[in-house]
Amino acid sequence: MPITVKNISYTFSPKTPYEKKALDDISLTIEDGEFFGIIGHTGSGKSTLVSHFNALTRVQTGEIVIDEFVLGKKKIKKRELRNLRARVGHVFQFPEYQLFADSVLADVSFGPKNLRLPKDEIYNRAKEAIELVGLDFEAIKDRSPFELSGGQKRRVAIAGVLAMKPKILILDEPTSGLDPQGKIEILELVQKIRRDACKIVIMISHNMDEVASVADRIAVLNKGKLATILPPKELFRSRNLLQKFNISMPEASSLANELADKGYKIDRGVVTVEELVEEIKRLMRNEE
Amino acid sequence: MLILKCYNLFVGYITFDNVFYSYNAGFEDEVEALRGVSFNIEKGEFVAICGHNGSGKSTIARLMNGLLQPQQGIVTVDGMNTLKPKNSFEIRKRVGLVFQNPDNQMVASIIEDDVAFGPENLGLARSEIEERVVWALESVGMSEYRKGTPFRLSGGQKQRIAIAGVLALKPDVLVLDESTAMLDPMGRKEILQVAKRLQKEERMSVVLITHFLEEALLADKVIVLNQGQIALTGGTEVLSKADILEPLGLDVPFASKVANLLNLREGIVNREELVEEIERLCR
Repeated sequence: MPITVKNISYTFSPKTPYEKKALDDISLTIEDGEFFGIIGHTGSGKSTLVSHFNALTRVQTGEIVIDEFVLGKKKIKKRELRNLRARVGHVFQFPEYQLFADSVLADVSFGPKNLRLPKDEIYNRAKEAIELVGLDFEAIKDRSPFELSGGQKRRVAIAGVLAMKPKILILDEPTSGLDPQGKIEILELVQKIRRDACKIVIMISHNMDEVASVADRIAVLNKGKLATILPPKELFRSRNLLQKFNISMPEASSLANELADKGYKIDRGVVTVEELVEEIKRLMRNEE
Repeated sequence: MLILKCYNLFVGYITFDNVFYSYNAGFEDEVEALRGVSFNIEKGEFVAICGHNGSGKSTIARLMNGLLQPQQGIVTVDGMNTLKPKNSFEIRKRVGLVFQNPDNQMVASIIEDDVAFGPENLGLARSEIEERVVWALESVGMSEYRKGTPFRLSGGQKQRIAIAGVLALKPDVLVLDESTAMLDPMGRKEILQVAKRLQKEERMSVVLITHFLEEALLADKVIVLNQGQIALTGGTEVLSKADILEPLGLDVPFASKVANLLNLREGIVNREELVEEIERLCR
């Protein structure tokens, strides 16, 4: 299995008054080709969990196997660590805050440069990554990343990670803080990345409508524990589960459920607006 | 002054009269942010100002308390022209701004000190400051955190502290400039509930600046901006006009989207109306 997480627990500031258990015995597997969503309230452990995947957070208890890398209590070798970080790309929340160079090209080249690749390879990778995120390479390469719009900055930041050619890409709230148009564009980009560039995409999100529309499976974290892993349709159909963990439904599911409660024969498992509209049209035809 | 105040009773508490504003005016990279905008905000009114990035929303917020001044046209607050320097102190007491990033708005390391910062600068008596801090924290539901530090709070809680800091100045108008944009859904809800309650219970005017039309459903009046001009204004029913709003890069509320896809009647903006209409048609 490409990613296997076995009994991972993590405590912040152990043995101090601020001790806080962030992860509690989490086990899961993620397969090649999968779009894996992670949801949960603020403080549920989402970010702590994914920061283990490229060893930004050292494993305290348990073990994580990612392809040939084994992350456990044993310290990972420096060389191996560099290879792991090229394999697993991590786009943080508000990644545009990490832009730093004077040109877009220099910023995106920073990662591959640290891999000590030949010069033309670095250039090619940067070009490819900038084009992949949907920006015009020639027009943007010499501009300062700081004079771009919010959505463009975020694309440049994502390109910087993609230039490492990661097989696995982790995105932490990639749409937060963007306007509606920006959100749609980033979601389209994320799907394109899964199709054309990375084998596995892991996305953390607070927005149920977004995760429901892109993920193959969704993991729900609650107070550091893994509550469940289900495909979106099944997850948002399980109302007891959602209520128990205080997770809201996508708008479409919630409306379908309201109508179903009123006695209409409508599928409770719809997650997108389009599916909902089809269901309501069917209702109107049948009962007119 | 008295005449102006009476006049003000009829034309609005905040008035924008044909306002123009450009950044870098006169230079090569001049950006026209507002091009002839006029509207009024009444006392106790909840107004949503919507538009995509660069439409001029935040420029309006900054013009409202004189942080920026119009290059053409007039902005008045409670009858006072924001162009006159002698008014600026009084205007800023009346119009409080809360910005987007909760982390950039904290000035002290203890919450009650942070909230007291504004009234301290007004030179109020200790007891009055004390009273205002207690009241402000209670208004945003953060009383129990009074002695704590803001740095361990969630985004929504930090933003509520920022609002309390503004409330402690007892403004007549609370301007939320994309104050929910960086928050998770729960934090967002907290802020919107606080805003609605302040309008209802304290009769405060609220100006909510947002690109999410779903949030604008809370308002009495909606102003939609595009390229520095008002593209659409009216009650919340205008939020269903997908033909105008979608080309502007705005997402109509969920209920309107569904209603439009089903070809239902115009003007459906909230869930209750939508469900009612579906039920009527299925009967």
